[in-house]
Amino acid sequence: MSGEHSNSFDIKGIWMVFWVLFAITAVEFIIALAIPEAFMAKPIKNVIYIALTLLKAFYIVAYFMHLKFERINLIYSILLPTIFVMGVIAALMYESDYWFTLR
Amino acid sequence: MSSHASPTLPTSGKLWDGGNEPFGASYGKLMMWFFLLSDAFTFSALLLAYAALRFSSLSWPVPDDVFAGVPFIHGHFPLVFVGIMTFILIMSSVTMVLAVEAGHRGARNEVVKWMIWTILGGIAFLSCQAWEWSHLHHDGAWWGSNPFANADGTPGQVNFTNLFFTITGFHGFHVFSGVVINIIVTIMTALGVFDRRGTYETIEKIGLYWHFVDLVWVFVFTFFYLI
Repeated sequence: MSGEHSNSFDIKGIWMVFWVLFAITAVEFIIALAIPEAFMAKPIKNVIYIALTLLKAFYIVAYFMHLKFERINLIYSILLPTIFVMGVIAALMYESDYWFTLR
Repeated sequence: MSSHASPTLPTSGKLWDGGNEPFGASYGKLMMWFFLLSDAFTFSALLLAYAALRFSSLSWPVPDDVFAGVPFIHGHFPLVFVGIMTFILIMSSVTMVLAVEAGHRGARNEVVKWMIWTILGGIAFLSCQAWEWSHLHHDGAWWGSNPFANADGTPGQVNFTNLFFTITGFHGFHVFSGVVINIIVTIMTALGVFDRRGTYETIEKIGLYWHFVDLVWVFVFTFFYLI
């Protein structure tokens, strides 16, 4: 089969990715439950959550969905539109801040 | 089979001149990727609505106070139950990769075994969600009604429950569809369809869909339960 790499699908690697995802989720829980907002303000927490979420997304898409090992034009066909959509989400969040000040 | 380029046309050896697979993926796999991309747009639209409505609101309910129930136990346990749900979905994603890996080796019984674990994970997740929905419904939350006060003590934003039930419902529907397709594919595997076809690529394609469902949950989890 084309685009298949025998070394990208070993069982050890799969469990490695699982533990990474598990650890990231655990960190999110620690931030949410164990760190009071006096030490870490909510906006800072939110930025960390989003960064960790994107990291998790990277591991799922790159390794579980195997995108990292596909041909470069397939990677860009999927990645570029996604990045544009994220830009729109960021724009709307900024816009909603403007609505907020209008109220 | 479909995973191989069929060189019926004379090829010049250039990537885009035909008789070739320019993306290095079969037609079906490529279309699954593009379907998932369009599905990602749909979910992005919902998250867009969420971001726009939430951050233009004066106040919003506190997730830690809303999602604090655990089955069979009384008390206030913020995020515990949704943590279990997240764990179940990640686990079922792992068993799905293991099924795909077994498919690469053509090990039919192993594929069936891991697919059954994946289906069980999906059903467990759906059961958890059913419990959470009925728990929230019991508290008076539904489309158009929100009993949970905002953080500043004012009556709760109805947008909160509207968006919660719409987005988790849409995701849950994806999980449900995934479970149904997984069951069909598992039966096909057990009947030896993919052995006769000579490739287990179908497992790979449904695997892509299943990981996507997991991926969406990662975002729903962050935006609804953490932020």
